[in-house]
Amino acid sequence: MSSFPNFAWGQVPLALLTLFIVINYGMIMTALVRKIGARVGGRYGIPIWQNYIDLLKNIALRSKISHGVMYYLAPVFRLTGGVGLLLFVPTIYGSDWHQNFSYAGDLILALYFVFFGTLGMALGAGESGHPHSAIGVSRGLSQVTMAELPLALGVYAISLQYQTLDITQIVAAQQGSIFNWTLFTNPLATIAAMFAFVGTMMRSPFDVVIAPQEIPIGPPTEYHSSYLALMQTNRVLFPVAKTVIYMNLFFGGATNWAEFAIKVFVLYMLTAVIGVVHPRFRVEQSIRFFLKWGLPVGVLAILTV
Amino acid sequence: MKDVDDKFRKDTEKQVPLREELKPRKVTTPDGQEIDIDPLRDYFCDAKPKVHPKAYSKIVEDFYNWARSNSLWILGFGTGCGAIEMRPLMTPRFDAYRYGIQWRPTPRQANLLVISGYLSVKTLKRAIRAYEQMPSPKYVMGLGSCTINGGMYWDSYNTIKRLDDYLPVDMYVAGCMPRPEALLHGFMELKRVIREGKGEGANTYAENFDQYKVNQKAVIKDWDMPDYNW
Amino acid sequence: MRELLYRLKDRYHLGTPTFQRDDLTFVTVKRDELRAILTELRDVEGFTHLTFLTAVDWIEEGLFQLTYMINNREANQSLGLRVMLTREDEPGATTGDTIHDLWPTAATYQRELNEMFGINFPGSPRVDEEFILEGWTDLPPYRRDFDTLAYSQQTYRERPGRGRSDPKAHMQETLYPDYPKPREAAHAHKEEAK
Repeated sequence: MSSFPNFAWGQVPLALLTLFIVINYGMIMTALVRKIGARVGGRYGIPIWQNYIDLLKNIALRSKISHGVMYYLAPVFRLTGGVGLLLFVPTIYGSDWHQNFSYAGDLILALYFVFFGTLGMALGAGESGHPHSAIGVSRGLSQVTMAELPLALGVYAISLQYQTLDITQIVAAQQGSIFNWTLFTNPLATIAAMFAFVGTMMRSPFDVVIAPQEIPIGPPTEYHSSYLALMQTNRVLFPVAKTVIYMNLFFGGATNWAEFAIKVFVLYMLTAVIGVVHPRFRVEQSIRFFLKWGLPVGVLAILTV
Repeated sequence: MKDVDDKFRKDTEKQVPLREELKPRKVTTPDGQEIDIDPLRDYFCDAKPKVHPKAYSKIVEDFYNWARSNSLWILGFGTGCGAIEMRPLMTPRFDAYRYGIQWRPTPRQANLLVISGYLSVKTLKRAIRAYEQMPSPKYVMGLGSCTINGGMYWDSYNTIKRLDDYLPVDMYVAGCMPRPEALLHGFMELKRVIREGKGEGANTYAENFDQYKVNQKAVIKDWDMPDYNW
Repeated sequence: MRELLYRLKDRYHLGTPTFQRDDLTFVTVKRDELRAILTELRDVEGFTHLTFLTAVDWIEEGLFQLTYMINNREANQSLGLRVMLTREDEPGATTGDTIHDLWPTAATYQRELNEMFGINFPGSPRVDEEFILEGWTDLPPYRRDFDTLAYSQQTYRERPGRGRSDPKAHMQETLYPDYPKPREAAHAHKEEAK
């Protein structure tokens, strides 16, 4: 294992522990956000453990229908995207335990993993043979591609600013004071990246891809039982993993679990709050939105570094 | 009830021809090959459904049943006027979400098919397709007197009278229409049935598959789909 | 409305009009004049909207009545034109005259009439395709020689135990068994009056 200088076998169980904590945190948090949304609407809302029951129910279903190899692999790819994103990024800065497998240059890998799940989903949903899946995936890919543009530009801007592609070093540079955060040292890059954040979290106004009221539910139309359970796990894991990246890059990272929980929750609530007050964009509207507002800010961020 | 006018005899001779595009035929492909196609067999798998055994251990099965009962996903498929009574369940006044009841837009992800009111023969065909695509274990709930004995459509030429002839029904909710409170009560009763391990409608359907098909084909005269829709 | 009918009376054969409401009138016209009247009403008199086209089965007289309901939105007037067709027992043997070139929506109504009454409209687009019923093999179900109760009893299985009771009498029986029945009460009242 000389080619991976940071690697030690002892990290594997610790990384799994990180994964376990994050999945449970995601389960509770997404349920809590749904509950808050319900309370805003005057409803009581789902029980806080509803996600666990749904997951268990889906695993306990008796009949499964497969449409081919890619159909199997798509939820796996999607979960790989979420798990990989989490594991190659330091979850807690300065902690030997939850440093995971981060290494110099992991920023590029993280950018790739953000996109990985959607690509896998495109292949799987395409094989399921349902027209709604194919339409949903083509919509999803075009929207996510557009939303990722400002993120890529913002990330280039801060990697120029800090002269590194190592997330750990970027976090290290932001320690000390709240005014060392990228949010204050490079606000343009942060704004550009936040466009992408809101755009890829699959919440209103950018959730036309999986909205039940549009072409029914989009890409996962044919997915059921264990396949759906895998995707549900990813639905709770992936937003948290993605938020961890944003937290590390722009909001000073987290030095302990409490700080992690609060920062992730606030960032997640940001998209939820935007979601409850805005109606849904159509795909071409959201693409135009990102080109008109996200992209110029990203370019500006690169130019002003 | 005796027929008021027994002179009328229904036409039992006439058959509905299969639609032109569904007939088996020979097709010449662009590169000159001759192939046989049978649209009803080539694109669908119509193998009979299997009876799925319960989990080996009773504790595990009970645990699963508890999870199933607390996570009822309803297929958003309104067949009659009862569909309008389901909408208030999502709103603040009744809020069925707090009991783990959710609505799903696709049959693949649903466990509960609510036949909401009268079922015309044309809709019955779609309901059967939707039911058969749902993953097992699955439950059917009949809403209103129309699904029980025909209700006010007792003399309609186009509306079925007993839902349990065509699909295995786990729970009936009486009323015309039952109010959302009655529906909630029905859901609670269904949960109890599932927890007791009696919600085995999918297995009943698989066991008596031939009888169900005979009943269904007796009223659906233009049967233009495979015998079982996977 | 009356002036309009007086004007039309000079040139067409109109039956006795029925003035149903201030804004609703029915009048019977001859079949071969229908097209001319409809065209004139639409282009000259401002009856631009075909509200519906439906049929009535007069089985005893051997007639089908077609009702063309047209509406003049500016004057807030509706006019129903009745046309009588000879009724043939064979479905599809009775034919009407298509007006789908005057109002394209008429094609849909004519398709429905063909399915439900067996009145054919040669030349109307897609008139032979099935409209609401799927795979219907019997008589057109809105005809009066089609017995819907008998058909339903011969097709769909009934659940035993279905009875009927007068709601008022039943509730009185259940809630107030001691209270005298309405007829007895009236009888007793009469006795007292004597």
